Amino acid sequence: MASQPVELILARNLISAVELAAFIVDPDGVVSFFNDAAGELIGRRFEEVGRLDREEWSSQFGPFDEFGQLLPTDSLPLTVALREGLPANGRFHVRVRDEELIEVDVSALPLVTALGFQGAVVVFWRAAANEGG
Amino acid sequence: MTLSVQYWGARGSIPAPAREMAGYGGNTACVELTLSDGSEVILDAGTGIRELGHARGRGSSPVHVLLTHLHLDHIQGLMFFAPLFNPDCEVRICGPPALDGSLLNRLARYISAPLAPVEIRELPARVSFEEAKAGSWRLGPALVEAAFVNHRGPTLGYRIIDGGATVAYIPDHEPALGQRLAQSSPEWISGYSLARDADLLIHDAQYTDREYRDRVGWGHSALSDTLTVAHRTGASRLALFHHDPLHDDAALDALRDEARALAGGRLEAVSLAREHETVELAT
Repeated sequence: MASQPVELILARNLISAVELAAFIVDPDGVVSFFNDAAGELIGRRFEEVGRLDREEWSSQFGPFDEFGQLLPTDSLPLTVALREGLPANGRFHVRVRDEELIEVDVSALPLVTALGFQGAVVVFWRAAANEGG
Repeated sequence: MTLSVQYWGARGSIPAPAREMAGYGGNTACVELTLSDGSEVILDAGTGIRELGHARGRGSSPVHVLLTHLHLDHIQGLMFFAPLFNPDCEVRICGPPALDGSLLNRLARYISAPLAPVEIRELPARVSFEEAKAGSWRLGPALVEAAFVNHRGPTLGYRIIDGGATVAYIPDHEPALGQRLAQSSPEWISGYSLARDADLLIHDAQYTDREYRDRVGWGHSALSDTLTVAHRTGASRLALFHHDPLHDDAALDALRDEARALAGGRLEAVSLAREHETVELAT
């Protein structure tokens, strides 16, 4: 079995230790790990779900609009991070515990090294209800 | 035919040229591989490479130097490596890529004024500098694979396969940082691909487990973590490397005994790399 890039290993170790919900995406776009805080938010632990490609992740957890319709991926933070190699932010809905939709803020941080793109870290948190009005 | 491995320096961090260190040696990281066709690969250029340069007796035959990283204990001997001063000699130096400059320019920070009396661009030998590529490449009869591993700053480990013999060299490595190695799946263990099923794994074991508690995050391994890596990767033989400069021969003997007890027969052989010692692997 091939090792993950060391940057992803370090990122996994880091997000395993923090309370901010986070997941990591490998160079092929596969969601290769999410932490306990993310698991708590979406209602499933990583041990139950395992690795998911982006389509599987999207169909289960989002991103959705407020009506539960899947959003196009072009302008999503992770897509921008992957495409442009720059951090990106956004706000949309995710499905939690297989039913409820909640609004979250999302930031995606690309991991670009001397060897090129090694993956990305995505953090998200429940959007403040009274913000932006 | 054999792949020969000779240690010219196994000390970490800083040379330790004291009498009580003489058994294992005080020179910093340098390992010479003689491949099955007689060609030479040198792993790291710590102070051990100085004596190697004088002893090698290979005239102007090409030299391949693979650097894991550019911490001083891995490059300090480069400026005193005799082949670099032989105009007939070709020296190919390979090292980790980094975002802050070419390998040549990064090494030039050391081999240039005011730290050195010579300039790297004025070395008499035919010297080339190349960043290691992702994946693997051929070097004589061997296949060389490099990958970044968990240490401070861009740091490579190497895997060299020559016929049926595989050597993994990961001299500076802290794979246990932030995780439990015994429970981690292989793909999430730093260096796993390099070390898997190696006939000889040369691996950082700078600290006792007790010492490591106060040095977490410094980029080096505790003994039990090194043994866990060796066990998880299925390495046959383990050579503990990067000896702490505070560990004299008696302390290293004790570390060796503890390692063998902890290994409990799960490894074919556990030893401490010792300066000038040679290991032969059938290819």
